[in-house]
Amino acid sequence: MLNLLTDPNLRWILLGSMLLGLSGGVIGTFSYLRKQSLIGDTLAHAALPGICIAFMLTGVKSVGLFLVGALLAGAAATLSVTLITRYSRIKPDAAMGIVLSLFFAVGIVLLTRIQHSSYGNQSGLDKFLFGQAASMTSSDLYTLGGVALLLVIACGLLYKEFKLLSFDPGYGRGLGFPMGLLEQLLLGLTTVAVVVGIQAVGVVLVAALLITPAVSARYWTDRLGVMTVLAGLFGALSGAAGAWISSGVSQLPTGPISVLAATACFVASVLFGPRRGLAAKLLGRRSARRRWLAESAGVAARANIQAAMQATAQAAVLTDGQANVHDNAHPNVHSAAHANERGTSV
Amino acid sequence: MSGFWIMLTGALVATCCAVLGCFLVLRRMALVGDAISHAVLPGIAIAFLVSGSRGSFFMLLGAALVGFVAVFLIQLFQSGGVQSDASIGVVFTALFAVGVVLISLNARNIDLDLDCVLFGEIAYVQWNTLEIGALSLGPKAVWLLGLTLLVIAAVVSLFYKQFKLCAFDPALAAALGIPVAVFHYLLMGLVSMATVSSFESVGAVLVVGLLVIPPAAAYLLTDRLGTMIGLAVVIGIVSSVAGYGAAVWLDASIAGCMVCAAGVQFALAFLFSPSHGLVTRRRRLRAAALGGRAG
Repeated sequence: MLNLLTDPNLRWILLGSMLLGLSGGVIGTFSYLRKQSLIGDTLAHAALPGICIAFMLTGVKSVGLFLVGALLAGAAATLSVTLITRYSRIKPDAAMGIVLSLFFAVGIVLLTRIQHSSYGNQSGLDKFLFGQAASMTSSDLYTLGGVALLLVIACGLLYKEFKLLSFDPGYGRGLGFPMGLLEQLLLGLTTVAVVVGIQAVGVVLVAALLITPAVSARYWTDRLGVMTVLAGLFGALSGAAGAWISSGVSQLPTGPISVLAATACFVASVLFGPRRGLAAKLLGRRSARRRWLAESAGVAARANIQAAMQATAQAAVLTDGQANVHDNAHPNVHSAAHANERGTSV
Repeated sequence: MSGFWIMLTGALVATCCAVLGCFLVLRRMALVGDAISHAVLPGIAIAFLVSGSRGSFFMLLGAALVGFVAVFLIQLFQSGGVQSDASIGVVFTALFAVGVVLISLNARNIDLDLDCVLFGEIAYVQWNTLEIGALSLGPKAVWLLGLTLLVIAAVVSLFYKQFKLCAFDPALAAALGIPVAVFHYLLMGLVSMATVSSFESVGAVLVVGLLVIPPAAAYLLTDRLGTMIGLAVVIGIVSSVAGYGAAVWLDASIAGCMVCAAGVQFALAFLFSPSHGLVTRRRRLRAAALGGRAG
């Protein structure tokens, strides 16, 4: 684990995993705000048949080809979800469940076909299921890192447009932006992020790469810019943690460790996020309670003063037998009580 | 004989899933089923470590408990302001990751292949038989699934009216004094049980296929809940038989082929269902238009 800084190979893997986490977090922010968090899960499962078909057609294990296959399969999957929900009474969640499991089943059938037949160099294809950053070659890393960087740059360039798309697409259409095109573009970028993310964390867990950093970032801020940066940071951190820890312990796959690191970020955010976090809420509740107690103490004090005032007034009436003392004393004591109340409530 | 046991196991899995899946699809909780099927993995791994064997009733209980925890966590984050599908995503990936780590770290003690976690090993079901004395009583998985099916059938038929009302109109159910939350958690507990007993045969992801696809296809074929459950069970059983045939023919994953067979049936229902099919509706519209012109 300590040879991290000396081993150039490990350093590359660390950098690659960080970039993948970063791009996942940035893209995930937009899918979270568009309430489409689980689309990443569907796309990831749908990528498997695409990857298998790309391998069966070419017989080569190259990340670039897999990317193309997975992109096409992802497009087919999103199209199927749209078709099913538009042309039948199946609800979106069931449609996603159907497409996800069906595409994955096709992928599994193809994968077993590949394993049972003589496709030569097929070992490592099943690494896609759980992700193994350490098994990447350096050329894979160049491709993946480059794609991840491109994703982040694209998000930076189209930041304003995606912001409109996430918060008020109707207004964007009114301003003359091609919202339908932008939506497809974002979906395409999400597919790319998912496909490259599969390399790091595997098919089942890649959804976490998109969702968890974005949800965690949401706890810290109300501004999109800050949220995007934070989500990218959380993603990069968890990618790095996954690559680092799994390189030290031989039996551990990278994916689950990255996901657990991201989950740790999430738990920390739930606990300590300002305003929305659990600690902030508890503190707020306590200070509100203290204020309430102080206020009710003020009310009690006022009641005491009133009682005392009445007692003195009665005493005055009793001793002097003159009503005007009673009348004069009243406003003075009252204003004092009001001042007291105002003082505590401010 | 081996084919018979595999098909029987598949049919039992499909039946368990189809009955519960109908309620999930109607309550728009298909993805909660997805989440539970992934989230029970740590429960299975821990039960494995404690009891040292698979297929025990103990394991069922442990995993059902983890299923409860998952549903509880999802509800907790949702009420804390996280979007519902995001909270599902966070919870199930975290629990699944814990399960994978537990299995990888204890690979020597847990006789559970990680590939098997994802797509099952239904072909090996027949080798793991239940034996009392010298008498072989058939595969353990069949007994476990039969027991699960019995529990599911008993609970669902006992509280059929309540489940039905909760599925269609939870507000009315609550107004009538039915404890909606109790039935919600009861359903989730049953889903966890079904998932765990199906786990070693079809794996985590393909359970979702059997939970969602047959009920969704049945949903396109009928408007009555009782008929829908019956149809979903039939579709599930047909999928397991046809899937086994296809798998033998293609020399590929049996569980994968079963879900593909279910998918084909869904596509048929989607296109040609008498009431809700795409093609039939188009044809009816055209006939109506022609009839209107002639009249």
